[in-house]
Amino acid sequence: MNEAEKRTKLIDERDFGRMLIRLAHEILERNRGTEHIAIVGIRTRGEFLARRLVETLTKLESKPVPLGVLDITLYRDDLREKHAQPVLQGTYIEFDITNKHVILVDDVLFTGRTVRSALSELVDLGRPSSIQLAVLVDRGHRELPIKADFVGKNIPTSKQQEVQVCMKELDNEDAVYLKELHD
Amino acid sequence: MPLSSRHLLGLEGMPKQDIQLILDTATTFREVLERPVKKVPTLQGQTIVNLFLEDSTRTRVSFELAERRLSADVVNFSASASSIKKGETLKDTVRNLEAMKIDMVVIRHAAQGSPHFLTKIMNAHIINAGDGSHEHPTQALLDMYSIREKFGTIEGLHVCIVGDISHSRVALSNIYGLTTMGATVSVCGPKTLIPKDIEKLGVNVFYNINSAIREADVLNVLRIQLERQDRVFFPSLREYREYFAVTKERLKCARKEITIMHPGPINRGVELSADVADSDASIILQQVLNGVAVRMAVLYLLGTGK
Repeated sequence: MNEAEKRTKLIDERDFGRMLIRLAHEILERNRGTEHIAIVGIRTRGEFLARRLVETLTKLESKPVPLGVLDITLYRDDLREKHAQPVLQGTYIEFDITNKHVILVDDVLFTGRTVRSALSELVDLGRPSSIQLAVLVDRGHRELPIKADFVGKNIPTSKQQEVQVCMKELDNEDAVYLKELHD
Repeated sequence: MPLSSRHLLGLEGMPKQDIQLILDTATTFREVLERPVKKVPTLQGQTIVNLFLEDSTRTRVSFELAERRLSADVVNFSASASSIKKGETLKDTVRNLEAMKIDMVVIRHAAQGSPHFLTKIMNAHIINAGDGSHEHPTQALLDMYSIREKFGTIEGLHVCIVGDISHSRVALSNIYGLTTMGATVSVCGPKTLIPKDIEKLGVNVFYNINSAIREADVLNVLRIQLERQDRVFFPSLREYREYFAVTKERLKCARKEITIMHPGPINRGVELSADVADSDASIILQQVLNGVAVRMAVLYLLGTGK
């Protein structure tokens, strides 16, 4: 069997776009505009989701919104374990996050360990007024007490499944797939 | 893709992609050094021994800072304060250290090949911080990083190393690294301080500093190490200065803007005049900052992954 046969499309391009617009509106509503907010995407796909959110927010409010990119590799809790070495791509946050409401963006919320790493890194970079979490998909199976503030879609999954977020910038399409893993 | 070796012993024979990986990884750590909290938890729980059996201040401080900024536990071991003075052999010293469960050893030693020897008798990752007049790979890596930061590339540039080439591990590591990265490398100094047959390493030789200045994009000016010369290789410091010092006056014969580097510590007014060391052409202090980032990159690449 090849890969395509084992995966089901859960979200197509049009729903993907609608979800991002809804997330943008929810962020605006909660923060009463964009004045004190900054969007920070977690590499790799969180970065592109963050870019899209910033575009939408800028259009809606006609004001620029600061955008940053976080590489959480140096804060991972599994670096001592013996698997392939992650490639460092770097963190680029060119503004001071202190006293800003930082919206952290990632594609899939799963164990919560990536978000834990991101939180540690953010507090080393400054002291934001608040950190909020926006994800495209929440698939459950948390291993840490972490909860998203803005969720595109909740997708109940088993541990033998994988949620795959595809984005035009990297994968030629906007879509979310559910994949069965066979060991 | 990880490094092809689990140690950093030297740049001789190191593949181009390894050098590239170290320089690219260092860019990330350069950013970390600009943060309000200049420390990441990456090497938490790892123990690194700085085994400096030959005097060094700046390299040891740079390594120690790099280690601490990666949250490693650091132990410093120096010749004067150690059991080596009481007659213990290097082998016994490191075996004892290893019994205390250490992960990496950064070694500086007057004998060439001592880091290579350690790889045979212990399991820890070994980093060469200077072995005699053989290699000093992290210095050459930070020099290359600094050149790349300034010019955007290394390939095609002409780098001339000036001074005591015979006794310099900095020169040798730079020659290996720079030629691998596609730079044109030359050396310049008095005949007595340039090894015979150095052309075999792919470098050109200048015996006249003005000709070198005319051709080069970068001058990497080495320290005249009086302490390393058991014989006299030139009549006096004054004579060396007369013929080889890099001065404002001499830089006037450069055909293009020239960049000045120095691994430190500088003998002001000997190999380099003070006004050149402090001029806009000098990237000497950037080298020092980049040194911490490059060493963090090496420690990260050796200390994580498979």
